[in-house]
Amino acid sequence: MDIAEVTRNTKLSINGVPFAVEDVKFVKPGKGRGMYYLKLRNLFDGGTRDQTYHSGDKVEEVSVTSHDMQYLYKEGDNYVFMDNETFEQHHVPKELLGTKSQFLKEGLVANVSVMEGKILEVIIPKFVELTVVMGAASTKTDTITAQSKMVELETGVTLAVPAFVKEGDIVKVDTRSSTYVERVSTKK
Amino acid sequence: MAEDESLRLSRIKANLERRAFIHDVIRAFFRSEGFLEVETPLQVPTVAPEKYIIPFTVDGWFLSTSPELHMKRLLAAGYSKIFQICRCFRKNERGQLHNPEFTMLEWYRVGADYIGIIEDTERLVSTLAKKLNHRSTIIYQGNKINLASPWPRVTVREAFLRSAGWDPFARLDEERFEIDLVEKVIPGFDSSRPIVLLDYPGAMASLARIRPGRPAVAERAEAFIGGLELANAYSELNDAAEQQRRFELEIEALKREGKRGAVLPQKFLEALPRLPQCGGIALGIDRLVMLFCDAASIDEVIAFPRDIA
Repeated sequence: MDIAEVTRNTKLSINGVPFAVEDVKFVKPGKGRGMYYLKLRNLFDGGTRDQTYHSGDKVEEVSVTSHDMQYLYKEGDNYVFMDNETFEQHHVPKELLGTKSQFLKEGLVANVSVMEGKILEVIIPKFVELTVVMGAASTKTDTITAQSKMVELETGVTLAVPAFVKEGDIVKVDTRSSTYVERVSTKK
Repeated sequence: MAEDESLRLSRIKANLERRAFIHDVIRAFFRSEGFLEVETPLQVPTVAPEKYIIPFTVDGWFLSTSPELHMKRLLAAGYSKIFQICRCFRKNERGQLHNPEFTMLEWYRVGADYIGIIEDTERLVSTLAKKLNHRSTIIYQGNKINLASPWPRVTVREAFLRSAGWDPFARLDEERFEIDLVEKVIPGFDSSRPIVLLDYPGAMASLARIRPGRPAVAERAEAFIGGLELANAYSELNDAAEQQRRFELEIEALKREGKRGAVLPQKFLEALPRLPQCGGIALGIDRLVMLFCDAASIDEVIAFPRDIA
């Protein structure tokens, strides 16, 4: 595509590496050549860089599509997701998920961006609700106040919750900060 | 997320009111100076061949990229002081300071040279400031700018030697010239005053007259205020053979780069030998309004910019 058609959010392939355009600044002396100052985000590693283009330059656009996919199960070092529309299954390596993997519960729907069949990014909901499976009786570390304790949730993640949360309760967790938000329901 | 249209239009209403007032002041200014307001076609059979200005096509014709050629045909026919406020169309020019359809003010004064035209510009901008109750100082994007005449002048050679460390008259690299102009020279200007950058290398004369000498310089001046490139003035070239040669170079370059075909504007070239000595200028009204509205983006002074038209 022509550089003039590039806008914020256009996805470009530069030497085979996909980038998302975060910002375009167009500068042109009245009689001179137009210049495009692009801020790019590497879709593989998240790194950012600046790149300048001139009017008339051609760039390679890549099509990145996003799909709702349901988490099914873990298989070795991969997490298996199923596309809700095509029912196609995708294996996502654990490195790509990072800390997000600790909130994956069977049936969780994530937004997955795919470029030419390759999974670039898995976005899980900001909040998930998980059941407390094991409660610690008391706090052993100094950083935890007397009002909170560490518990384990059904996906295996451990986090600090208020003292009143019991085993079997369902709690809402902020997946970005890995912190407790509130108790959703309590075991009768 | 796009802003709601009616919210956006209410938010910029004061700017659009100011814009209309600025148009009135400009017209009154030129009338008081004895200028005739003219109108020239927006749909034209040819445009000036310029490497970096791309016209839109309509039914095999073009949308005007500038009223310059027609205004000079009026001058060649004996009109001596003319001005026009009109739309210009330039493909792919879109950004914080650009909209592909924008408003230009051009005026020409027989007997004047580029310096005389810059003096007109100083008077016009001072008049506007006064009518908008600014006295001679405005604040644009956090910078206090003193608009008092005369505006400091700096030659292209001095500015490039100072800010970019090379002399465009010694060996001109046009590509580097534009990059350094944008990245080094303009940011190096004193932000508290308008700046007139003048005396360009001959190869960048465009439609300006060359003043012989060592080196020969193009009598071309650009006015910058608050980092905005506001206007481009020439002592107008009336040597048809020289003008044709320059156009042909542009046409060749366009062909070489496989960009688009262009033809010579014949009627303009035929009229050119009758063009008296004169000076003229093109001033971007949208940017002038931005300046007086303290607007960072051209979208703040246009009701319906390209992307949301």
